[in-house]
Amino acid sequence: MRRGASLVRCMLVSIVAILVGLCSARAVEPDEILANPQLEQRARHISRELRCMVCQNESIDESHAPLARDLRLIVRERLVAGDSDDAVFSYLTARYGDFVLLRPRLTARTLLLWLAPVLVFCGGAFVAVLAVARRRQDAATMPSPLSEAEETALSRLLAASDEQPALPKRNPPATST
Amino acid sequence: MIAEIGHFALVLALAVGILQSALPLWGVRRTDHTLMRLAPALAGVMFVVMGIAFACLLTVHALSDFSTQNVFRNSHSTMPLVFRLSAAWGNHEGSMVLWTFTLALFAALLSAFSNRLPVDLKAATLAVQGLIATTFLLFILLTSNPFLRLDPAPAEGRELNPVLQDIGLALHPPLLYVGYVGFSLAYSFAVAALVTGRIDAGWARAVRPWVLIAWIFLTLGIALGSYWAYYELGWGGWWFWDPVENASLMPWLAGTALFHSIIVMEKRNAMRVWTLLLAILAFSLSLMGTFLVRSGILTSVHAFAVDPARGIVILVILSLFIGGALALYAWRAGELGPGGLFSPLSREAALLLNNLLLATATATVFVGTLYPLALEAFSDDKISVGPPYFNLTFGALMVPLALCMPFGPMLAWKRGDLLAAAERLLAAAGLALVAAAIGAWLTQGGPLLALAGFALGTFVIAGAVSDIILRARLLTSSPRTALSRLAGLPRQAFGTLLGHAGIGVFLIGVVSASTFESETIRTLRVGETMSVGAYELRLVASGPRSGANYQDVVAGFDVRRDGISLGHVESAKRVYLASRVPTTETGQLRIGFGQLYVALGEVGKDGKVGVRAYWKPNILLIWFGLVMAAAGGVCSLSDRRLRIGAPAVARRAVAPTVTAQ
Repeated sequence: MRRGASLVRCMLVSIVAILVGLCSARAVEPDEILANPQLEQRARHISRELRCMVCQNESIDESHAPLARDLRLIVRERLVAGDSDDAVFSYLTARYGDFVLLRPRLTARTLLLWLAPVLVFCGGAFVAVLAVARRRQDAATMPSPLSEAEETALSRLLAASDEQPALPKRNPPATST
Repeated sequence: MIAEIGHFALVLALAVGILQSALPLWGVRRTDHTLMRLAPALAGVMFVVMGIAFACLLTVHALSDFSTQNVFRNSHSTMPLVFRLSAAWGNHEGSMVLWTFTLALFAALLSAFSNRLPVDLKAATLAVQGLIATTFLLFILLTSNPFLRLDPAPAEGRELNPVLQDIGLALHPPLLYVGYVGFSLAYSFAVAALVTGRIDAGWARAVRPWVLIAWIFLTLGIALGSYWAYYELGWGGWWFWDPVENASLMPWLAGTALFHSIIVMEKRNAMRVWTLLLAILAFSLSLMGTFLVRSGILTSVHAFAVDPARGIVILVILSLFIGGALALYAWRAGELGPGGLFSPLSREAALLLNNLLLATATATVFVGTLYPLALEAFSDDKISVGPPYFNLTFGALMVPLALCMPFGPMLAWKRGDLLAAAERLLAAAGLALVAAAIGAWLTQGGPLLALAGFALGTFVIAGAVSDIILRARLLTSSPRTALSRLAGLPRQAFGTLLGHAGIGVFLIGVVSASTFESETIRTLRVGETMSVGAYELRLVASGPRSGANYQDVVAGFDVRRDGISLGHVESAKRVYLASRVPTTETGQLRIGFGQLYVALGEVGKDGKVGVRAYWKPNILLIWFGLVMAAAGGVCSLSDRRLRIGAPAVARRAVAPTVTAQ
């Protein structure tokens, strides 16, 4: 597929296009399916967790590439041989590295990845609580810069400019209340 | 000739852009109103000039002028007109012109419609827009010019990537770009606020419609892209956690957080510093979305222009805009002064929690998308972060968000009563339980998680509806007064209803389609039958068929359930003649909100057809919910208070006197 194109970029574009083409049909072919439905279901489940390494960002369950087919067959072979799911994963990572796993394993290298949501949430919550509390404390210790009458007048002014539909002006703003 | 006019227009636009970014800012600095007032005029000129450039690009594509390199590479004379036109933005160079044109459009709209803005804020905002446009034009002219000529001119083009020859993908980029670029205004407003020091409820009110417009388009663009992937890529998934999808999801999440936090700022003058940061982040993520796709850093099926040299320039631009704005923010945000107060149980606090969860979700997607890159750069380890990671982390964040969603509108500003809110949501909670029970009955006690999902979706919908019912007091007053009260509710209330209920509908769609899908893979001959879910598919015919620029192998199926015919569905494998690229053209038959989805596998010489058939219950609710949410955005936008330039006439001051009588 690479030899036909002369320009580098055209080549890249066509590779992308061909990859899209190659990967563009749901993969599992009828002849791959195992007779034992339980094993087949496990195989499908495992396939969804494994990456097709020639297509970008597709699991071998989705990919139509020959490599993905080979991997699917390996998965089924191992299952038929009696491997547990974990053993299948280990078998494949021993050969293809962690790259093949779509769900990264929790290691020192991926700790930050897995903790990121928790860290961001807790950090954010901490900052937010702190900011809100400090604001309230500041306000409590400071005298209100406006008198009560001024506050009412202000809130009326704010309310007056708020969200009301413009019907014909029947009354002037109710200054008398 | 047309290409040269376009090229010239781009150069002219660059000159205008330089003026638009420099003169108004200088005016702001010297408090020179004449200079500041130049900004709207220059933005108008920019719009016209960019319009000419974009029109020229469309014209050379429509005319199939293959002496233009861009047309030669991305078009073919046999393509129908709509795809010849969409080919104009279905490539890197053209999409950059569309991007810049949209940018100019937004600046022009701003100068035309916000007459009530303070002059200096408007001038500074438009100047920042000009600066963005200038940078993009420089990028286009130096590295990605779509108007370059070929000599000698080829007789025929290379054809647009066949996957892109689809009406969904013809419309997907423009929608997405309007969304991305719409956030540029929020960014420009934020930078202008930091420069001028003007930040108050008026600022929030001025920015909010633009954020909403951007969000609506982004929502529709993402929904369309997702639906396209669903029917075109052929395995019936609708979201893949592909880096490019993530790139569009991040600004959407940030934008969703932004238009919620802007409400707080507008109503209560709180969360100002955070809102500014979100505005900057939303556009920064949009820029990343636009650029990471094209830089080749995140290789994926979408990267139709993979070019490492451009990547460097792109990274420089990214760091300039993101770094620059964040530096300005760090320097100036502290001087903005304190905002409004609120208790930990109030609508402000609820919206703060919404923002916290959405920001965490954004960060999760960000980390998940970029972590493999970072790890590879620092340690040579190659890992993949795929759907299992995102489903787990992102899903875990969306559950509390959905759970809290109905509570927000029920809490009062400043100081709310959680117990009262919970009481008002009792009916919704009851309905949610009923929904789960019905779900359990229909699916004969389906998976617990799915039932919880149904309950959650129903709770969100029912919660949104109860809010409106309670606000209009529909159940406790006479129908006439209730109806008039309903009509008197601000449109924004209905926007919230549609938006929140849309998310609930979306949730139910996601849960049904992912848990109760059935799949059958078989090889069929004509006349044979297979069953999928409760349905039976009979292959009635298969054979070749020719299209304008492609050749199909089509298979037709009759669909029955319990012997009753439900219709006919066709599915095809397609080969585009010019590039010999194969695609799948899947067939769908809609039944209720679900779809019967048929994709073809191998078609053998002996007449055997590989068939994958799926029954996807309620799958259409996924997109229906998103469209509903976008409609909610439109509804909010039409709220009188936000209608751009509409004079706000006081009337509420009358109301107290009426009730006092």
